[in-house]
Amino acid sequence: MRWMWIDTVLEFEPERRLVAIKNCSLAEEHLHDHFAADSFGDADPVMPSSLLIEGSAQTAGILVGSVGKFREKVVLAKIVSASIEDEVRPGQSVRYSAALDRIDPAGAAASVSIERWDHRRPEWVNIGAIEFVFSFLDQNRGGHEFPEENFVFGENFRTILQGNGLDRVAEPDPIA
Amino acid sequence: MNPTEAPTAMSRDEISKHVQEVLEEALGVDADEVTMEATLTGDLGAESIDFLDIVFRLEKCFSTPEKPFKIAQGELFSENLLNDPQFVQDGRITPKGLEELKVRMPHLDFATIESDPQVSRLPELFTVRSIVDFIQRKLAA
Repeated sequence: MRWMWIDTVLEFEPERRLVAIKNCSLAEEHLHDHFAADSFGDADPVMPSSLLIEGSAQTAGILVGSVGKFREKVVLAKIVSASIEDEVRPGQSVRYSAALDRIDPAGAAASVSIERWDHRRPEWVNIGAIEFVFSFLDQNRGGHEFPEENFVFGENFRTILQGNGLDRVAEPDPIA
Repeated sequence: MNPTEAPTAMSRDEISKHVQEVLEEALGVDADEVTMEATLTGDLGAESIDFLDIVFRLEKCFSTPEKPFKIAQGELFSENLLNDPQFVQDGRITPKGLEELKVRMPHLDFATIESDPQVSRLPELFTVRSIVDFIQRKLAA
């Protein structure tokens, strides 16, 4: 599935908290380049920190979107702070716990803690924290026109929402 | 960073200190850059989305359990007002627009742009001092 960096939603408390999980697999192509074997040593597959940030943003974005029943076009506007202290490797899992800090008609602030699970040492270990600001596109057009349909929470996202009870939160799109 | 004293008892120096801390964190600037006359966009490098972050941080900073501190959209920054063609024409703020801005944003000093009220000059008015004035006025209300 294109550009989805969470696998499923584990927990959801409306307007407060959402927890998602991502399993890191050696089948993910980018891991073969990050980092490939070279003259300095063997291959060293590590999940890029940028994708941990993306997974965090998607988790928090779903939480923010759920408040408006996924009608708002929620876009990531600012990574306020990001701290990632350790690595995630194939066979390990990542748990993103997002909390909604503030929401108003123009946007929202949310924070995410990142934990890692290793099957050889089975416990959740905190490896990072990120703070985001999201903007609601239709409230901040700045003179720009955007499509009416919600291209943010499109089909890919709706697949994630299904099976987690979150699809019941979403209102039917009147444009569809 | 939540102030421990009741907001109404806060001195201007204390408000200034908290505002400076908020701007340092939101904009990633050093303390010595956040002078009272520094403009948010010109001197401190703020972009439009930073304004939302600043508003959220100010609310968190000046709220107490007894008295939440809420800033309505458009109360501190003038984002929506300027989309109204009554208030802005050909890139200039109309006399009606200026009057409306003065009423809605008493924390800004419009004297410097009144003779040449181009919309592009509006960011010059958003200084650190204007944020401190806004907070002080709002806490006293």
